[in-house]
Amino acid sequence: MSEFIQYTLQGLAAGGFYALSALGLAVIFGVLGVVNFSHGACYMLGAVISAVLLGELHVGFWVALVVVPILMFGFGVLMERLLVRWLLALDPLYNFLLTFGLTLILVEAVKQRYGVSGLPYEVPAGLTGQVSIGSVNLSTYAIFACLFSVVVCVAVGLLLTKTRIGMIVRASTEAPERTRALGINVGRWVTPVFGFGIALAGLAGVLAAPTRAITAEMGSNFIIILFAVVVIGGLGSILGAVVAGFLVGLVEAYGIAYAPTYAQIVIFVLMALVVLVRPSGLFGREEVA
Amino acid sequence: MSDDNAGTTGTTAGTTTGTTTGTATAPAGTTAGPRMLEVAGLSAWYGEARVLTDVSIDVAPGEVVTLVGRNGAGKTTLLRSVMGLHRQTEGTITLDGSDLAKRSADARARAGIGWVPDDRGIYSSLTVAENLLLPPVVHPDAWSLEKVYEFFPVLHERRDFPGTKLSGGEQQMLAMARVLRMGSRLLLLDEPSEGLAPVIVQRIGEIVREIKGQGVGVLLVEQNVKFASTVADRHYLLAQGKVVEHLGNEEFRAREGELLTYLGM
Repeated sequence: MSEFIQYTLQGLAAGGFYALSALGLAVIFGVLGVVNFSHGACYMLGAVISAVLLGELHVGFWVALVVVPILMFGFGVLMERLLVRWLLALDPLYNFLLTFGLTLILVEAVKQRYGVSGLPYEVPAGLTGQVSIGSVNLSTYAIFACLFSVVVCVAVGLLLTKTRIGMIVRASTEAPERTRALGINVGRWVTPVFGFGIALAGLAGVLAAPTRAITAEMGSNFIIILFAVVVIGGLGSILGAVVAGFLVGLVEAYGIAYAPTYAQIVIFVLMALVVLVRPSGLFGREEVA
Repeated sequence: MSDDNAGTTGTTAGTTTGTTTGTATAPAGTTAGPRMLEVAGLSAWYGEARVLTDVSIDVAPGEVVTLVGRNGAGKTTLLRSVMGLHRQTEGTITLDGSDLAKRSADARARAGIGWVPDDRGIYSSLTVAENLLLPPVVHPDAWSLEKVYEFFPVLHERRDFPGTKLSGGEQQMLAMARVLRMGSRLLLLDEPSEGLAPVIVQRIGEIVREIKGQGVGVLLVEQNVKFASTVADRHYLLAQGKVVEHLGNEEFRAREGELLTYLGM
């Protein structure tokens, strides 16, 4: 029982990284119609920048938690303005290929500079050790990462449902042309939304840094699982991305714990099952399928 | 340009189409006055296919003008061109005398054009109230939310429902209420009566007359000839992308039977 709770917590913490990143992927897809293949690389950059800040500038985790998403927002804005924007009018495949190419460049650039072995990062002071609840010992950092992800997801959810900006983002996600015909300059929101989505991937990277091996390749596997998350949740569904993120984190953790040989396969079996029963994903709109 | 009268436009349409299907003449009972919307010599394409040929129409403030024609006659393309959603066009479109060519769809909406698409265009991810509040208010005469709710009590009752949980008729009311709250001065209504029960069509007729009374111009695409004749001042008949007739409502009513046959209804 105690082990089960530990696995559950690990799953929820990992699920938090997926949920935050998938949320970013979902808003970008919704407003721009771009499937951002470089999302895994942006997650990796978030972790690598945290490690570099700590290793070379002695800037710690708490500062990184604020600074890295801001830097990644700027990176996303540049990426949208300089590259993605010019391909928006073409078939979505072009931006998929662009972001795929960008991923290769980012991964190789990090390899060139920092090598292939992992960069060191320690659990921040104050979040080390374990918390004992009854007979169960839980990692303090995993609890923090899990709660923090939930708080950010809820905050983003409130931003999308309770504010005028959120209303415009939802409307643009659902029907961009109609939204323009109702007097909203949808184009104005494209760049900040893209930057915001990238910032969320970067934030997931910072959170993952103390618990993962920080390498140039850490995003490669991540993006594949992230696509599974988005398919399970329903492409373009914000709530779906979050719920499926935590769900996949849990399934992966149980898989590693109880069926290690099949751990990777389990997620894709889940994806296949969901697609069989609901082709548009758990929270996808039927007509999207 | 803005003091062109309906007679001129009618004659223009007649010259361009005289060799083909029919002769458009200036309808009786139309008044001279400032035009709100003027479309002159508009042609439109989808790729290689020409869907509109040299179409000239106009709408004055407080006037309801219909575009009548069979499916595929180019009615919706004409509305989409005025809204700026269809850009593969030639010819000029002016609103209150200013050329719209360079303006994007959102700028045209802010200039006072209100779009009510044939699928009603209600957002499922927005509540009824959010559907109303999404567009910016663009004119001082815009309806307040209170006025909208007073006029459409059902929208007040259902204000927290997702927009697409409303019935078809309620969604049509919402789509119209949305552009009234925005303060649009020219409404583009694409088949508002389509698929609705007679009692609701009647209600929509009342709403159209109400907004006409407030000086709002309406360009109405309609296949329901009966409904069109109860609300409109003038009618343009479109066939194969051309204006073939331009009728006042009196003549339109008199020739209703003939027009129904012509439209294949």
